Amino acid sequence: MNIVICIKYVPDAQADLTFSESDNTTDRLGVEGLLSELDEYAIEAGLKLVEGAVGPDGAASTVTVLTVGPDRAADAIKKALQMGANAGVHVNDEAIHGSDAVATSLILAQAIKKIGIPDLVLTGMASTDGAMGVVPAMLAERLGLPQVTLASEVTVEGETVTIRRDGDLASETITASLPALVSVTDQINEPRYPSFKGIMAAKKKPVETWSLADLGVDAALVGLGAAWTTVESFAKRPPRVKGQIVTDEGEGGTRLAEFLTAQKFA
Amino acid sequence: MAEVLVLVDHTEGAVRKTTTELLTIARRLGEPSAVFVGTGFDGAKETLAQYGAEKIYRVESTDVTDYLVAPIAEVLAMIVGSAAPAAVLLSSSPGHKEIAARLAIKIESGLITDAVDVQAGDSGGLSTTQSVFAGGFAVRATVTKGTPIVTVKPNSATPEAVAGAAVEQAVEVSISESAKGARITDSQVKAASGRPELTEAAIVVSGGRGTGGDFSKVEEFADSLGAAVGASRAAVDAGWYPHGNQIGQTGKQVSPQLYVAAGISGAIQHRAGMQTSKTIIAINKDAEAPIFELVDFGVVGDLFTVLPQATKAVHTAKG
Ligand SMILES: Cc1cc2nc3c(=O)[nH]c(=O)nc-3n(C[C@H](O)[C@H](O)[C@H](O)COP(=O)(O)OP(=O)(O)OC[C@H]3O[C@@H](n4cnc5c(N)ncnc54)[C@H](O)[C@@H]3O)c2cc1C
Ligand SMILES: Nc1ncnc2c1ncn2[C@@H]1O[C@H](COP(=O)(O)O)[C@@H](O)[C@H]1O
Repeated sequence: MNIVICIKYVPDAQADLTFSESDNTTDRLGVEGLLSELDEYAIEAGLKLVEGAVGPDGAASTVTVLTVGPDRAADAIKKALQMGANAGVHVNDEAIHGSDAVATSLILAQAIKKIGIPDLVLTGMASTDGAMGVVPAMLAERLGLPQVTLASEVTVEGETVTIRRDGDLASETITASLPALVSVTDQINEPRYPSFKGIMAAKKKPVETWSLADLGVDAALVGLGAAWTTVESFAKRPPRVKGQIVTDEGEGGTRLAEFLTAQKFA
Repeated sequence: MAEVLVLVDHTEGAVRKTTTELLTIARRLGEPSAVFVGTGFDGAKETLAQYGAEKIYRVESTDVTDYLVAPIAEVLAMIVGSAAPAAVLLSSSPGHKEIAARLAIKIESGLITDAVDVQAGDSGGLSTTQSVFAGGFAVRATVTKGTPIVTVKPNSATPEAVAGAAVEQAVEVSISESAKGARITDSQVKAASGRPELTEAAIVVSGGRGTGGDFSKVEEFADSLGAAVGASRAAVDAGWYPHGNQIGQTGKQVSPQLYVAAGISGAIQHRAGMQTSKTIIAINKDAEAPIFELVDFGVVGDLFTVLPQATKAVHTAKG
């Protein structure tokens, strides 16, 4: 079974994000980055699936991780290889800066075609920075693959993938034939930490770096200028005024109720 | 005036409040047209008319409802093709966001997600407001290509009852085979809690690891206020409360008038789901808990004594 996992390098969620004054894009400079935590669940799911799968003819499985991002995004690939992925592909091109989900999904789709459509394309549920949660659906649309998204459980049997999706009103079972695109939630597993052996082995694993030209993607279709939406303005909201804090000495609940009444909540 | 399409969010015809909010927003931009997909049309029609739908596209084919996401995107693309609307509005639920995503690629149009406000633009088109970076920034954005597609967060508008003609238009669909790749083979409907829906509720009371697994005091306090009940991921992961009630980055994002966090420390992933709430209250034993940085009112104390006392006082106040 061959799997391609889309992983994103994101600024650390704990860092203070801001806007770049020059072009209204997210300012990632000087912010420490890392592999999006939510993509670790996709990596773990992919590794588990191949560990459990023995091909009909004993065929080997390959797990390839794919990222679209700047030089530093190589760190995300490195971590995934340490966890156990077999190979990495890094699409890196000056022109990509400022790309939105539409452009990112285009680049990912072209890269996956170049790798060769695998049995499964795996993604996280959302990036921890942008968190639009739309790239997986866009990617499925572009690749013409069945979209089996927001899985809290995933199994593959023969040529069929089955997931459980925990919706608001119902818990659904969804099936599709391979090849398919599956996105996973943080309910699906507990991602592993790289072992010492994994860290050593990762150093020898192949990583390819591709430019837009390598993918045959016109640079005019990506980047900030190509976006189908534009930021008109942004304003920093005034910080929250620090509220009143009381220590309970027997009447904390009463004081709380008084606040609620004063604010007309009760 | 151009139509503005609103994808109806409903269960068997019971229309969700987010849809009436969208109809209200649609009226600012043009003539609201509802797109109703699924069963229960008769139940939905009245609500849609009451909140201003001038037209209702009705799609009932099981080719749409038996499969995930892709067929609805195809239906919307078809209607956009014939109606040439000024915009398409959807709710910001995960499912609707995915429909919007596929639609954007199909009709080569710009998509804005998680808007908290949508207004007509100065020079035609529309202008959205999003709240980003932990609610620290308000961003105004607009769509520069195609038919604007916007997903709007719950509680972003007050539904206004304005009678609409609700002219019914049945839509014959022929869904492509490739859109029928992901089949819903089983659906276990969840039991209703009897409390308001989390994302729509005016008040949300949440419990965390500090409950030690006993949510009774959280629930009793919530019920005294007619509130919905939420939980931190720690409480959900421990199996104390259903995942559907999780608030945060990987749970629900809520923006109620009042949010109460009891026994929750206020980790960044939790904040991501509640920090745009209008008023925030916390009860926590630890005076240093980061949640106190956000609050309008906080009690440093044990939730097992503070909440019951507050519940009683609220009942007394209400008489
Ligand atoms: C990728 C990722 C996604 C995540 N997504 C989410 C998410 O969507 N939502 C979410 O909530 N978390 C999420 N988390 C987890 C998050 O980081 C925290 O671990 C979690 O929010 C902690 O929950 P808590 O506040 O209930 O527990 P804790 O951090 O353990 O805090 C418990 C608090 O209760 C207080 N307390 C204890 N006893 C009492 C008492 N008797 N009375 C009053 N106070 C008491 C303690 O002082 C403490 O402050 C995510 C983490 C990751 C890595
Ligand atoms: N630049 C990227 N490179 C690789 N994968 C990405 C990238 N952006 C998004 N993804 C994938 O798409 C998922 C959802 O991202 P998003 O729609 O940005 O929230 C992520 O969890 C990744 O799996």
